[in-house]
Amino acid sequence: MTPAAASPLRRYGILAALWLALITLPWWINRVGGYSALGSKILIYGLATMGLNILFGFTGGLSFGQAAYFGVGAYGAGMTLKYLAPSTPLAILIGTLAGGLAAAILGPLVMRRRGIYFAMITIAIGQLFYFIAVRWDNVTGGEDGLAGFERQPLHLGSYTLPLDQTRFYFLVLLCFTVAVILMRGLLRSPLGHTWVAIRENRRRVEFLGVRTDLYVWASFAAAGLITALAGTLNALLFNFTSPQDLHWILSGDFVMMIVLGGMRNFWGPLLGTAIFVVAQDYLSSITTNWMSFIGLIFIVIVLAFPKGLLGMAERGARAA
Amino acid sequence: MQLLFFNAFNGLLQGVFYALMALGLALILSLSSVINMAHGGFLVIGAYLAFTLTPYLGFWGALIVGPLLGALIGLVVEQTMIRRLYKRPDPLYSLLLTFGLALIIQDLARTIWGAQGLPASVPEVLNQPLSTTYFFITGYRMVIIAITATVAIGLYLLLRFTLVGVRIRAGTRDLESVAALGVNIYKLRALNFAVGCFFAGLAGVLASGILGLTPPMGDSLLMPSFVAVIVGGVGSLGGAVLGGLLIGVAAGITTTYYPAASEAVIYFIMLVVLVIRPRGLMGKESIFE
Repeated sequence: MTPAAASPLRRYGILAALWLALITLPWWINRVGGYSALGSKILIYGLATMGLNILFGFTGGLSFGQAAYFGVGAYGAGMTLKYLAPSTPLAILIGTLAGGLAAAILGPLVMRRRGIYFAMITIAIGQLFYFIAVRWDNVTGGEDGLAGFERQPLHLGSYTLPLDQTRFYFLVLLCFTVAVILMRGLLRSPLGHTWVAIRENRRRVEFLGVRTDLYVWASFAAAGLITALAGTLNALLFNFTSPQDLHWILSGDFVMMIVLGGMRNFWGPLLGTAIFVVAQDYLSSITTNWMSFIGLIFIVIVLAFPKGLLGMAERGARAA
Repeated sequence: MQLLFFNAFNGLLQGVFYALMALGLALILSLSSVINMAHGGFLVIGAYLAFTLTPYLGFWGALIVGPLLGALIGLVVEQTMIRRLYKRPDPLYSLLLTFGLALIIQDLARTIWGAQGLPASVPEVLNQPLSTTYFFITGYRMVIIAITATVAIGLYLLLRFTLVGVRIRAGTRDLESVAALGVNIYKLRALNFAVGCFFAGLAGVLASGILGLTPPMGDSLLMPSFVAVIVGGVGSLGGAVLGGLLIGVAAGITTTYYPAASEAVIYFIMLVVLVIRPRGLMGKESIFE
């Protein structure tokens, strides 16, 4: 990007273009070789990574088990539709709250840890949910995943809105927008500033008399809640969810998407997610060895572009 | 009662594999501050190389050469990639790098040796049960336990009584001071990484005789090994072994009463340990906290 990238006018221009692109996506994505569900998937994964980035990029908590909350949201939504009530909003609500609650309950186990230890414990906790999903098969469907539910039409007063692929995209976009406003508000509040301060120098914040562990806990719960929301939407997108949505490989992918886009930037994760999801989609359609290519992307990014794309753009802007 | 003993013994064997993996992980973690997500990959490399070499070298030859070649590959990986990350204080990058390696290794193993499971052959003599009552205790299983005990004691002696061992132990406490004393810590970490990979490969070869060979076999052993390190206490090698055996046996015993929970119980133990004794059973206070 050019030096002008830092100027406010340019910033608003880019943001306006981004929202315009998102709103009009169903009309152009087919022309560039994509499909509507791909757009929804990018937005859903982007929501998950932006939520995770509250904890990861802004609070400095290296969570490597975020798929757990994504999966809890997905299973929560699926099981609500299958066993409880045929209502899409209720499924989203219950799944999101379940994931947020899980994160809030498990948060105290990690909130005092740092760095590597934080990462290891979050990885291991994530696997607990994986094995519950695999082994509790009469409820969760086990290895085969949870199927047999379908997203239901929305009832707005007396009007019924069936959710086809395009309309569902707009429901995802609505949830995404609400979550973005919420996250923006959080990060601009004193709470959000404290998170960044903890990331920069946790000990110093402690010297100021701040209970940093409680703030890390709040960050953990908030990230879990947003990721779970994304998980519910993912289950509704495919009318299906499987233990793969809880697996640590997905957790690693989330972190990679964030790093790829730039973890110090609010929008970085969305950019990284878009590139990653499209690359994965494309690679898996042309080669059976796509996993090697994804792995290679990991290595190249880590060795050559550790600041991510937006991080590099910003540094370039500052240097000029 | 016999069923309980049968499952507990199976669990002990699993625990031995976890312990071997956890030893390697803990070595690399404490000296290089790297969480080696590719550790399962090195297990797969060691196991498949041994499988390929068995017709030429025999079972015992492959048992040694397979993990050694795995360690050599580990050394190359460390020298070409991981070494570049030591200057970055954030553990994130080594985590992502080894994660990418894990994907590549698994994919290559699938391409080279096939996605289908392969049966690893064990010498016929070792497959005989040692007694008719305890039919599940075969010579091979006793060999696994003996070999693991030998290498664990060997590692202990190495760390306790040799110059390299003293340097590694000192390095886990304060790497900068060790470097200031004129020790080449790059060589030290490289050697340490290779030893860790050797342990993973050995676990792979031994496990393949019982579980068979599949490309994702490393994954299923990697996560419990993390738990073993956490339960035992980060920074303690003895803790890693203890943690591995403990969760293995606990999973085995659970299989007797409620098979569906046999994996979940491992993670429950971890949660309980984290609540009651956050630093782990044998962990030293304030490391990584």
